[in-house]
Amino acid sequence: MIDNTQSFRFFNRGPSPAVRLVFFAALSLLLLFIDARYRYLESTRSALSVLISPVQRLAAWPGALWQHAGDFFITQSRQRSLIKENDDLQRQHQGDAAQLLQLQSMQLENRQLRNLVALPIRSEFTTQLAEIVYAERDVFRRRVLVNKGADTRVLIGQVVMDDTGIVGQITRVYPWLSEVTLITEKDHAVPVQVLRNGLRTIVFGAGDTSQLSLRYMPVNADIQNDDILATSGIDGIYPPGIPVARVIKIERDAAYPFARVTCLPIAGVDKHRHLLILSDLPKPPERPVEKSTATDIDKRAKTRRKN
Amino acid sequence: MPSTAIHGKAEIQRPVSNTLIGLSVLAALFLNGLPWGGIWLMLRPDFVAVVLLYWCMHKPWRVGIGLSWGVGILADVADASLFGQHALAYAVLAFGGVVLSHRLRMFDLRQQTTQVSGIFALTYAVYALVHWQLNGSVVWPYFLGCLTSTLLWTPLSIMFLAMRQKRVDRE
Repeated sequence: MIDNTQSFRFFNRGPSPAVRLVFFAALSLLLLFIDARYRYLESTRSALSVLISPVQRLAAWPGALWQHAGDFFITQSRQRSLIKENDDLQRQHQGDAAQLLQLQSMQLENRQLRNLVALPIRSEFTTQLAEIVYAERDVFRRRVLVNKGADTRVLIGQVVMDDTGIVGQITRVYPWLSEVTLITEKDHAVPVQVLRNGLRTIVFGAGDTSQLSLRYMPVNADIQNDDILATSGIDGIYPPGIPVARVIKIERDAAYPFARVTCLPIAGVDKHRHLLILSDLPKPPERPVEKSTATDIDKRAKTRRKN
Repeated sequence: MPSTAIHGKAEIQRPVSNTLIGLSVLAALFLNGLPWGGIWLMLRPDFVAVVLLYWCMHKPWRVGIGLSWGVGILADVADASLFGQHALAYAVLAFGGVVLSHRLRMFDLRQQTTQVSGIFALTYAVYALVHWQLNGSVVWPYFLGCLTSTLLWTPLSIMFLAMRQKRVDRE
């Protein structure tokens, strides 16, 4: 019955589609600008995420169900491989336990030595386990959402790792979820050191593929295939000494000032389901303030406005 | 299916309830939210876009640019994209649907599909354009989703038609 009214087009129906389009397009562009530039809208986003989260949770079920079903069939059909896997784990555990004992004695020794030379002790961090709710659904991004959010005091900027290395960083916190940007995201930077010789550099995400690259390495830099890159801890965001990537390919071309170095992440960035969120990292001392110029004052005014 | 068949049935179709529209949009958000990954993510049709376009075309006075924009904002929150990115794309989509609604309803499904593919291409282009402006990169396989969305148009139209038809039969 309501449908019949469609034909009465001469009734006033409000503004025409074109006007509406212009209005909403302008509104979207404004929101885009505000969101991309100033990030004012995070509270609105978390409020709306409460609305949409039931649908999201429901949508995450089939994946979890699939995995449970897979686990079930593994236990049924592949007992032999399970036994083998168990043996492997046992062996690895024994090896690890021996190394752990060594590590403990070395930590003790390290503390004593540091006491002797009066260096501050590197404080340990606490971790909390989080589960991936779902992986990136945007073709353009390398992100995952995990099931720990503001309710368990996850903060923006905290580091996420798995049992073997760095996975990424928390970039957005919702009430019950938080978003992790993976180190393979385009232009995501991690300050690292080459474990073999202590060379400092920065590793960048490549975006499309699950690879990383070193961008500003001089052609004659001392770097080899299979070099391990570990976090240097210089930025104060990443704790030092956690493996990040392994060098797999180096192209040295004299025509370019920099060598092209490709690396693979050591952590299972695209693989695992459980991740560790590191918290309570020690804060580095504040950077000394430089002589303030006009632009500096301007910048500081901007940051103040942000806060 | 000849155009008169669609048009002829329209007379005996019951008015679409708001519940059906709301549920179909929620279902589309749900389907978009399934854990797609890798190549499947590239091939995933944008269910929300297809459903919105369907309603914009068939019920332009009920589902229009404003509502599509609102759903776009929800999609932005769900996808963790920037506020307004999906919203802008869906507003353009709804505009296409509303403006062409009279013409599209006269067409049969095959003709509709060709017209609709243009609207989807425009929607995907808007989304990619915003991303390119902000991040300076375009992922070309993303446009595969535009193709699959177009392919989804026919089955979805038939499904909705059947659903609306059934309700008449029941009475």
